[in-house]
Amino acid sequence: MAIKVFRNFFKRIFSSLFKQKKEIKLGFYGPPNAGKTSLANRICKDFTGQEMGTVSKIPHETRKVQFKEKVEIEYKGKKMVFKMIDTPGIATKIDYENFLKYKMSKKDAKTRAKEATQGVIESIKWLDDMDLVVVVIDATENPYNQVNITIIGNLVARKIPVLIVANKIDLKKADIKKIEAAFPEYDVVGISARYGDNLEEFYESIFKISKKV
Amino acid sequence: MADKKRGVKHLGRIKGFAIQFLPYSEIRSLDSDERIKKILSITLGNNILILQGRLTPNEEARLIGDTMAMIGHVKQFKGIELAVISGNGKESVFGKLKSGIANALVGGDFGAITIIGPATIVKEMKRNPKKIELLLNR
Repeated sequence: MAIKVFRNFFKRIFSSLFKQKKEIKLGFYGPPNAGKTSLANRICKDFTGQEMGTVSKIPHETRKVQFKEKVEIEYKGKKMVFKMIDTPGIATKIDYENFLKYKMSKKDAKTRAKEATQGVIESIKWLDDMDLVVVVIDATENPYNQVNITIIGNLVARKIPVLIVANKIDLKKADIKKIEAAFPEYDVVGISARYGDNLEEFYESIFKISKKV
Repeated sequence: MADKKRGVKHLGRIKGFAIQFLPYSEIRSLDSDERIKKILSITLGNNILILQGRLTPNEEARLIGDTMAMIGHVKQFKGIELAVISGNGKESVFGKLKSGIANALVGGDFGAITIIGPATIVKEMKRNPKKIELLLNR
């Protein structure tokens, strides 16, 4: 009997010591050019020293789902491990002619448009696999965009916890109050992924919401 | 020329289109695939569709996915513009969303209106809690 108690005791001690932390699948969703990759890069660089993907002024720069596994985020002495999933921006229309404005050749613009449409499809497919989603919204744009509403509606329907990030608060046109007014039931964190402003509040919210996972 | 002198601006030629109203009863008995197919076939016919009620969030996402799959395969199709309004205008987007989802699950949220137009005709749907404005391509 005593041997059995001892064996169970040591088993528990060892398993808690060597138990792998649960990896939370953290998705970044939103319309194109909202700053999903910029934010994912900022987090990855802070905690792994490496970036996730390239960023550009040209919309639909991210056209494939990108991952970074085992990203350990530390905040106020607490640690959590995430699988970061950066998704292509979701749009309802893609016109290759819009890319021509950026001095792109017609052939490249058409290729980019084709890849972008496939990226949107891929993003939608991945919705089912998320544990927690950060919806990145450009704070200088109108939040009443159907893409934002459709993404959040799908997350609510799937019972996936959501954090709304109002990005680009460094810009004059940014209006966080408008975003808060549109989504009052959600935590809205205003940040600048480009300059790293207010990321402390972002990490605090992520840790808080992660408890629901 | 005379108009120019008087400072009158021409609106330019608006491409041909029609506005089609679809009561929810027309899609009630359809499954998700059939609903999306019907909506896209109306939109592809250069129609701006005004649908009584709304799709479920999952159907909205599938509509976007199917739209993307058609770009590049259907000549001159560049996608859609989409907007949904519901409730009394005083609710938040999320409030509308919650009641919308609850209603949609049981059958359509008849208080809502969904507007879907082809991107070749509808340049932008400007939306705020009180109204939706359709800006058309010339």
